[in-house]
Amino acid sequence: MAKAKLTFSDVAITVNVPSGTRIIEISEKVGAGIIYGCREGDCGTCLTHIETGSEHLSEPSVLESKILKENLAGRHDRLACQCQVLSGEIKVRPA
Amino acid sequence: MDQTMRERTGGRPGVPAAASHGEPTGAVAVAQGVHWIGALDPDLRTFDVILRTANGTTYNAYAVRGRDGVAVIDTVKEDFTEAFLARLEQVARYDEITALVLTHLEPDHTGAVPELLRRAPQAHIYVSHRGLMVLRGLLKDDLEHRAYTAVDTGDTVSLGDCTLAFLCTPYVHWPDTQCVHVPERRLLFTCDLLGCHFCDGRLFNDRVGDFRFSFEYYFEHIMRPFKRHVAGALDLIEPLEIDLIAPGHGPILRAHPRQYIAQYRRLVDPRLRAEVGRDEKTLLIFYVSAYGATARMAQAIHDGASENPHVRVSLYDLQGGEVAPFVNLIEATDGLVFGTPTINGDAVRTIWDLLSGLVDIETRGKLGAAFGSYGWTGEAVRMVEERLRGLRMQVPEAGLRIKLHPTDAELEACRDFGRRLSGHLTGHLSGHLSGSAAGPVAPKEIDMAALG
Repeated sequence: MAKAKLTFSDVAITVNVPSGTRIIEISEKVGAGIIYGCREGDCGTCLTHIETGSEHLSEPSVLESKILKENLAGRHDRLACQCQVLSGEIKVRPA
Repeated sequence: MDQTMRERTGGRPGVPAAASHGEPTGAVAVAQGVHWIGALDPDLRTFDVILRTANGTTYNAYAVRGRDGVAVIDTVKEDFTEAFLARLEQVARYDEITALVLTHLEPDHTGAVPELLRRAPQAHIYVSHRGLMVLRGLLKDDLEHRAYTAVDTGDTVSLGDCTLAFLCTPYVHWPDTQCVHVPERRLLFTCDLLGCHFCDGRLFNDRVGDFRFSFEYYFEHIMRPFKRHVAGALDLIEPLEIDLIAPGHGPILRAHPRQYIAQYRRLVDPRLRAEVGRDEKTLLIFYVSAYGATARMAQAIHDGASENPHVRVSLYDLQGGEVAPFVNLIEATDGLVFGTPTINGDAVRTIWDLLSGLVDIETRGKLGAAFGSYGWTGEAVRMVEERLRGLRMQVPEAGLRIKLHPTDAELEACRDFGRRLSGHLTGHLSGHLSGSAAGPVAPKEIDMAALG
């Protein structure tokens, strides 16, 4: 199975994850500072800044795009409960 | 306070309001062109479930008049909308209001926002970037009909002859918090920062009497879990020219305001040096023992962990101390180990008391572990581990459980457990977590499967 390296820079931890893992599945287990609200892409609480490797993430769904737009999210901000890590090296921190 | 007001505030019938001085009859001038337009809530005794107050609180809102418009800084709890609007109307017409600044969107400061916007629909709303999503939750579909801007440190809004300069100060204590500096008037709006739940109609710190207990109590329970963020906010605030601090609750600080900033700095910084070397990590072992078995495990873990010269290990019997000083110890430590027997299928209450006390401090990223002796079922260790994870601590080692008294081999397993915990703290164990509570370190790499 394809692997990816997901780094949470606020707690300085890199996790080797299988392709398709969502950030939400990992961030709380390592104590990263990303906070969650609804956990289903509706509230925008888990807005996360992608420091590097945004090209290695799944494309935003229609729902995620809508919530990102409503929250005036930057080009490198994603919802941690929605986006999937696909490959390569990705570095994230709370937005 | 009239009867109508008492009913609205939820006061107890027949119990007089405790405010030593009554509510000001109108808006109160606090600086040139700046008025307090908030509300007093002398009947409040418990705030947000967790905070007590002996004389209520104030919801401070302010109106800033500039040559080209009026800015309203925050509003009040919804029940006090009428009093807030009455005071506002004394100092400004609704059509003069050009800006509504929300320092954070907690309900006790935004309760009158919908009604204010109904009366002053032209007011441009300014919130922090994080505040946007809460603003949407507050105004729902109505937001689409409003003008709003998300602001950050460095952004300014001119009122003609004075400027609102925004400072992004997140997590003091809500994630969306921002402060507002008006350099021309040398004043700073600080939201909940530097505030307290203290109600006195005399409003100003040099007039209300001694409120230090309330100021520090508020810090301890509201700001302390966010010390790191408070320090960041102070970094932004300290260089500013300030003659007056206007917080969201409690007295307005016009007499020696910088002393309050300095006091916050003292509260944020460690009170005493921990006397721990720069390259040294600290590991605290707390235990409760019914028959001495968990105590023997604790000693063995201590001995094993202490073999690492870079880790300062301390051992404490929880039955010999109060919770509060231990919370202070834990705040400054890198790693924590809890030993508990299993009694009635649970960890013992002394352990839970300490763990529940940790809500007042930052525990994220500290190393955590649990151990204990048991007779029949031994659930306590797993339960404590879950709580440690709930406190956002890293729990890299599965808890150590031993049935009844430990054998020599089991004591050696305890020592090895201690060695591994120390190893995690100093990064000598590869493939495991070793992030510490203090300072950035190079990312440690782990596999997802190791996270459990």
